Amino acid sequence: MASVCFYFQVHQPWRLRHYTVFDRDSNYFDEQKNAEICRKVANKCYLPSNLLMLKLIKKYGGKFKISYSITGVVLEQLERYAPEVLNTFKHLAATGCVEFLGETYYHSLSSLYSKDEFFRQVIAHKKTIERLFGQTPRVFRNTELIYNNNLPALIEEIGGFDAILAEGADHILGYRSPNFVYRPVNGSRLKLLLKNYRLSDDIAFRFSNRGWSQWPLTADKFAHWVNAVNGCGYVVNLFMDYETFGEHQWEDTGIFEFLSHLPGEILKHPDNNFKTPSEVVDSFEAVDSIDVPYTISWADIERDLSAWLGNAMQTNALAEIYKLESRVKSTDDPDIITDWRKLQTSDHFYYMCTKYFSDGDVHKYFNPYDSPYESYINFMNILDNLDYRCSAAIDAKQQRLIACPGGQRRSGRSQKTGNKNLSAVDLCFSERS
Amino acid sequence: MKTFMLGWEFPPFISGGLGTACYGLTKAMDRLGIEVIFVLPKVHASHSAGNVKIIGSPGAVGGMPSAGFKNIKFRTIVSQLSPYLDAESYHYNKMRLSREHSQKKSAGLKHSGDIDNYGRNIFDEVHNYADKAVEIAQTEEFDIIHAHDWMTYPAAIAVSQASGRPFVVHVHSTEFDRSGENINQTVYDIERQGMHAAAKVITVSNYTKSLIVRHYGLAPEKIEVVHNAVEPDDDNSSSAFNGNKTGKIVLFLGRITMQKGPEYFVAAAKKVLDVIQDVKFVMVGDGDMMRRTIELAAQLGIGHKVLFAGFLRGDDVKKAYQMADLYVMPSVSEPFGISSLEAMSRNVPVLISKQSGVAETVVHALKVDFWDVNEMANKIVAVLKRPPLHATLCRNGFSEAHKFRWEDSAIKVRKVYEDTLAFCSAT
Repeated sequence: MASVCFYFQVHQPWRLRHYTVFDRDSNYFDEQKNAEICRKVANKCYLPSNLLMLKLIKKYGGKFKISYSITGVVLEQLERYAPEVLNTFKHLAATGCVEFLGETYYHSLSSLYSKDEFFRQVIAHKKTIERLFGQTPRVFRNTELIYNNNLPALIEEIGGFDAILAEGADHILGYRSPNFVYRPVNGSRLKLLLKNYRLSDDIAFRFSNRGWSQWPLTADKFAHWVNAVNGCGYVVNLFMDYETFGEHQWEDTGIFEFLSHLPGEILKHPDNNFKTPSEVVDSFEAVDSIDVPYTISWADIERDLSAWLGNAMQTNALAEIYKLESRVKSTDDPDIITDWRKLQTSDHFYYMCTKYFSDGDVHKYFNPYDSPYESYINFMNILDNLDYRCSAAIDAKQQRLIACPGGQRRSGRSQKTGNKNLSAVDLCFSERS
Repeated sequence: MKTFMLGWEFPPFISGGLGTACYGLTKAMDRLGIEVIFVLPKVHASHSAGNVKIIGSPGAVGGMPSAGFKNIKFRTIVSQLSPYLDAESYHYNKMRLSREHSQKKSAGLKHSGDIDNYGRNIFDEVHNYADKAVEIAQTEEFDIIHAHDWMTYPAAIAVSQASGRPFVVHVHSTEFDRSGENINQTVYDIERQGMHAAAKVITVSNYTKSLIVRHYGLAPEKIEVVHNAVEPDDDNSSSAFNGNKTGKIVLFLGRITMQKGPEYFVAAAKKVLDVIQDVKFVMVGDGDMMRRTIELAAQLGIGHKVLFAGFLRGDDVKKAYQMADLYVMPSVSEPFGISSLEAMSRNVPVLISKQSGVAETVVHALKVDFWDVNEMANKIVAVLKRPPLHATLCRNGFSEAHKFRWEDSAIKVRKVYEDTLAFCSAT
């Protein structure tokens, strides 16, 4: 018996506008570029892929199942720039064959820096998924599949989750196969689903590579590889960016053709089926525990944090943004707090990566900046302005307190009335005790 | 393989990148075992105090730096006018004279004739060099002729005709880089004629290659790009100079001429000083825009923050790099820009204009359009204010600069020779 478990990551950051040391305003985001990219990816990937998934689910009468993890920041953008995509995701949710996973609302690295912030973002995301898709996430995937031994305890403390997804990196598995269900060390009751990176990357990275010995990859060839797992594993976890379909692998590579034939080819074998992550968790017991003392992720060949924390600029930028946390929160200013959170999206730090920069690889392809240095300069200029806004807001708050002694109660009231104008996103955060 | 090389500058007599490049390239060719007869102008001592400053110790004037070379032979041509007048210095004088000329004209004075006399002198010198080069060529055996920049192109044509050997021209700079759109027609004609007559043209960047295709009507297939490199710095006596330094230093190092964009540097300095005060802007170099640049700094009220060090060489240049927190090259049009590689190889972060050849070859540098003073200032502030940025640029820039080896340039030049000779013997 081999189950195929698909999980697709859907994410777009709020890209920053060019912001110099001379700028003073608080418009940090590039409205035009974000709209442009969102619409482009919607047309090339999200919309055709969603329609294809809907077709396949219908065609196989509930036997084809998939899962998504969709960040809060991409949902905000889809709502604003491509509402038709959001609608098709809702249709997918209504089929009963699609599971939505939990993650941090802002696709942030907060699990490494601030427990409080991490909790708030996970809960905010959970509420957003409930509101939009009528599902409560049961399986958690951390930003970029970042995982270490500390994560299960955090996730258990939040509650409501049964499993975590992680990279099936060779150095944590050793001789073991990723095609089983595992558990964390330290007696956690959670389960771990590990990515089969070879088979996942055959689709996500190698599909259109003409230099690859297996090119061209057809659905029946891939199904044979999956069949080979029978007898030596329960589940093949195929985890990848959703943008694989139509954006990383363009339509003319035949990626949609491949995808539309894949369910049929997989299901030809009587022992095969498709399962959502929750179904995998319910179906299989953990066979062993996995010890991850050093943080892993799904990025680059290193499978570590070096894509976001690989040089002095990245370390500095991340340290500085989390250093602002208490100041930002003490302003009680929803605009400042939301801007601070949007700046936490991991992409901003990925753009600062100098690893492989000379070789012009994948890092460059996804980078809206000419160089990692430009992205750092831009980010830090914005952070300086945010810091300045915090000071101004905190000063103003103190002035109000001094000016009218009963101000504390008054300001509490004005905050409540202010809540009426908050968006759904703000409410997600404000309701947490 | 034996090359008859025609040059104009060579250490210690240099005023810019041309001499540095000729030296680095020749040294590497020597190591590769390529034989070179290097023809250079030699200054007549009694004329050295003319209108152009000779850079170098007077004692070194007589001897050529042949020591340490195995396969290189130097031949010199005695010059009446100071021959260590590269095109830029020529341009400097021309500008000065034409300014005086127009001032006189606007004052209602009669044309003095200075420009014509001056112009004849420099062009006479170029043709004298060509005549003498032919005489030298008659006493030497060689396979190919290699000419560096326009002053030597007429010599290359003449030697080629006399010897029947093909020639390649090596473009380190063009009249369009030096003069913008206000080009000197005679210089342009010499450049154009040389490029078209040559069997192959070597440029120091793709930037220059496309400029030549655009302005000189040359077929792109005829042009080979050979990037410049940097000599490894064997001096480890750094950091000693940093001891008595207070505040930050931003360095400009180059001729203070229109081509190098000094006014953009000063304008950016003004903007930087609006944000941070503890910083000085040091301008090393000399040139026809020196006075105007000093005046500009004074007008902007930052005269005390912009320091002019004059022309420096050797150890003083090293010290300047050691003091600098950032090197800025705001050139309006720079065929390559070796100085930025030098800065990187000495652990100094660089901010270079996008209108430069070096910008197409390095990634661990900050880049800016020369006219975008706001962005230039933004980046200067960032380097001065953010130690992690400074450190990352230093570290990566250092290793990147060391990948530029003159041996690699020399190997490419040898390939150009081989292709040229193969083509010539086939036709």
